[in-house]
Amino acid sequence: MKIVFTTKGDNWDSIMDPRFGRTEFFLIYDEDKDELAHYDNREAASDAHGAGPKTAQKLFEFHPDVLITGNGPGGNAAAVLEKTGIRIITGAADMTAKEAYEKYRRGELN
Amino acid sequence: MKIAIASGKGGTGKTTLSTNLASYLSEIEQVVLTDLDVEEPNSGLFLSGNREIKEDKFKMVPQWIEDKCTLCGICQKVCNFHAVIQLGKMIMVFPELCHGCYACSELCPESALPMIPKKMGELNYSRDRNLHFIESRLDVGEEQAVPLIRQTKDYIDRTFPGDTVHIYDSPPGTSCPVIEVTKDVDFVILITEPTPFGFHDLKLAVETMRELKKPFGVVINRDGIGNQDVVDFCKCEKITLLAKIPNDRRIAELCSLGKLIYNEVPEFRRELDKIITYIMTIKNYKQA
Repeated sequence: MKIVFTTKGDNWDSIMDPRFGRTEFFLIYDEDKDELAHYDNREAASDAHGAGPKTAQKLFEFHPDVLITGNGPGGNAAAVLEKTGIRIITGAADMTAKEAYEKYRRGELN
Repeated sequence: MKIAIASGKGGTGKTTLSTNLASYLSEIEQVVLTDLDVEEPNSGLFLSGNREIKEDKFKMVPQWIEDKCTLCGICQKVCNFHAVIQLGKMIMVFPELCHGCYACSELCPESALPMIPKKMGELNYSRDRNLHFIESRLDVGEEQAVPLIRQTKDYIDRTFPGDTVHIYDSPPGTSCPVIEVTKDVDFVILITEPTPFGFHDLKLAVETMRELKKPFGVVINRDGIGNQDVVDFCKCEKITLLAKIPNDRRIAELCSLGKLIYNEVPEFRRELDKIITYIMTIKNYKQA
């Protein structure tokens, strides 16, 4: 399974970013290979409009199975993600990516 | 002669001033009042008059034709607003994000993104003797105010050629919709309240008008509350202080009933007279 987190940094100890469209980073974890990668999305902060669809498109390029985020994507981003079949897990705010992953594994997030 | 009534801060009295000024002026000549705050037009609440025209307004947005598309990706690269997104073998269009610039459509080598009309709002015209009132209203969910403002201005220019007095009730703030409203007017009235928040946003509005090289003056509304900062600022920056509308419970009560004020509150009417004298001086100067 490939899991993407919206985070404010580039490692497991980074705090989760509750926003989707304007998340600062994506943390991309490949469970099968046990590999962690990241993507810097900070330029989205300067987009006046359309940050959601753009970030959703970027996410799609990583071909993840699961997205773990905080508030959940807004309307436009949700419209894109719906087409991709990526499973969206929300409610992972005020914690590190590692904690979010552990909670997800224990089935405490949905 | 076109006059825009704008502000930095919202809720400082743009609509109160626009409707009263237009109605008062229409006692002596033809006036066209246009509510260009298309996201939440409310001038109509204070005016009577019969609706004579209602028009749907459309903007042009691209529509994807799958059969023609080769998935080259040019469309999404040229869209500055992320209104066109390529997702695998699919192109998604977000009409609400589209600014109608035609770039994706024109640059598509396969003509797979023709532009089609999409309703974005409506325009209403009503008339009460010498007062012509136009109101445009954006549909719920539409994000772009500028295309409707532009089309409304085109409608006014076509319908009322010549040098009729035009009053534009502008949206608040200093962003694109305000620029669109004020960029081709002859004079801008910036209305503010003498509070720290009103003063802060007035400075932004002044900066904007200076950038646009627009002549402008300031009206203080609810004079008597807050502090002297706006007055001192205007004096220091050599900005014309056109009028000071007093903070008066009678004015608030009339507003809450959807009534015009100048016939009921003489102090208010006196301030309107000052503004009208100033406007007429500019108008005569412009004609001379």
